[in-house]
Amino acid sequence: MSKTRDALFDPLFNTNPIALQVLGICSALAITTKMSTALVMSGAVVFVLLFSNLFVSMLRNQIPTSIRIIVQLTIIASLVIVVDQVLKAYAFGLSKQLSVFVGLIITNCIIMGRAEAYAMQNPPGLSMIDGLGNGLGYALILAGTAVVRELFGSGSLFGIQLLALASEGGWYTPNGLMLLSPGAFFIIGFFIWALRTWKPEQVERD
Amino acid sequence: MQGSVGYNLAFAACVCLVCAVVVSSSAVALADRQDRNAALDKQKNVLLAAGLATDDENLGADEVAARFAPITQVVVDLASGAVVDDVDPAGFDQRAAAGDPTRSRVAPENLARVVRLPTAALVYEVWDANDDLEIVVLPVEGLGLWGTLYGFIALEGDLQTVRGLTFYEHKETPGLGGEVDNPRWKALWTGRLAFDETWTPVITVVKGRAGSVADDPHAVDGLSGATITSRGVTNLLRFWLGPEGFGPYLTRLRATGGT
Repeated sequence: MSKTRDALFDPLFNTNPIALQVLGICSALAITTKMSTALVMSGAVVFVLLFSNLFVSMLRNQIPTSIRIIVQLTIIASLVIVVDQVLKAYAFGLSKQLSVFVGLIITNCIIMGRAEAYAMQNPPGLSMIDGLGNGLGYALILAGTAVVRELFGSGSLFGIQLLALASEGGWYTPNGLMLLSPGAFFIIGFFIWALRTWKPEQVERD
Repeated sequence: MQGSVGYNLAFAACVCLVCAVVVSSSAVALADRQDRNAALDKQKNVLLAAGLATDDENLGADEVAARFAPITQVVVDLASGAVVDDVDPAGFDQRAAAGDPTRSRVAPENLARVVRLPTAALVYEVWDANDDLEIVVLPVEGLGLWGTLYGFIALEGDLQTVRGLTFYEHKETPGLGGEVDNPRWKALWTGRLAFDETWTPVITVVKGRAGSVADDPHAVDGLSGATITSRGVTNLLRFWLGPEGFGPYLTRLRATGGT
């Protein structure tokens, strides 16, 4: 039971995929300008992580070592293609905004990383939980980044205008840096700093 | 586990088979919905170019159909600019026509790299209550960096001033050429003049910043890091607004005062 709890809660703060493992940064920069795209992307990654960990774990004793990376990649790629098709069918507008980044989930190191490091050595139930945990850890950073970027970059959250824009007669001049990738870099950097201040054991020893 | 070569091959084949079945089933099952979404998106882009809808509105099929009410779809012969009566605009697929050798011809050498020209094209006209032409929306396409950009350009009733430009399909890199979708760049097009006094299309996407609409009516800001896409946009607009594209159609509209 505690192994399950660890698998689910560790990746949230103790071994966060973006903040500690430093994986999956690319998409964290690209689609966090808005909450809606960040959440859809997080949902897609959680789905793919969960099922790729499940399937790889179910096959872990049958996969030949010499082709294991390609087999993992085939499973991950198929899942991502299915997610992409579903998004194009049921959320076309959002899928257009996410453009290539849904397809790029295949290259997201978190997924391959967990498949190789955890799913290949652990039973399906635990692997699924680990996938869920890492997906949620990723979602946490993405959501946090998106809140800051959308609020200070556009003055809105989920498209609802919270800060009246100066260009429309209000008082708030949006911070352009928040809408560009370097802004996201800084925010993620601050998150990592805050996390390591709270949990100093994460700081690498010299 | 270390399998034998035979086992490895068999395992790989099985994984590929299962994955292929899953992926193709999902693609086939969802194809209808995806096609309907793409068609709706194209219609929405006509409205966006014409200024009858804005980017942040989430329009459903009914809303799009409602806003299409003032728009008249017309099939025109490209070479002469005359209306083609015997083709129903509602069912006309211009891209299919361009691929059909009986309904298209090879395009003359052009910078937009348009390969085939359909004999007839679909344009969208908006007339006001006094029978004056208010808006004309023309489909445009041309080569960008990675593939063809497909979009619409909307002109005001004077057939000179640009109302809007949108691209509903392209393969450009997000953040670079993909910035053709950026609402702030698209907003720069409103009010620019596509033609000079001799009705030659001179609209250009320049390198760097263009002036305001008043100072620099024939130029639009370039896209940073996307030279080839920017040139592609210039070339495709000049082609389709020129004599090989909708030139004859626009000339006829100007001559007949739009009727």
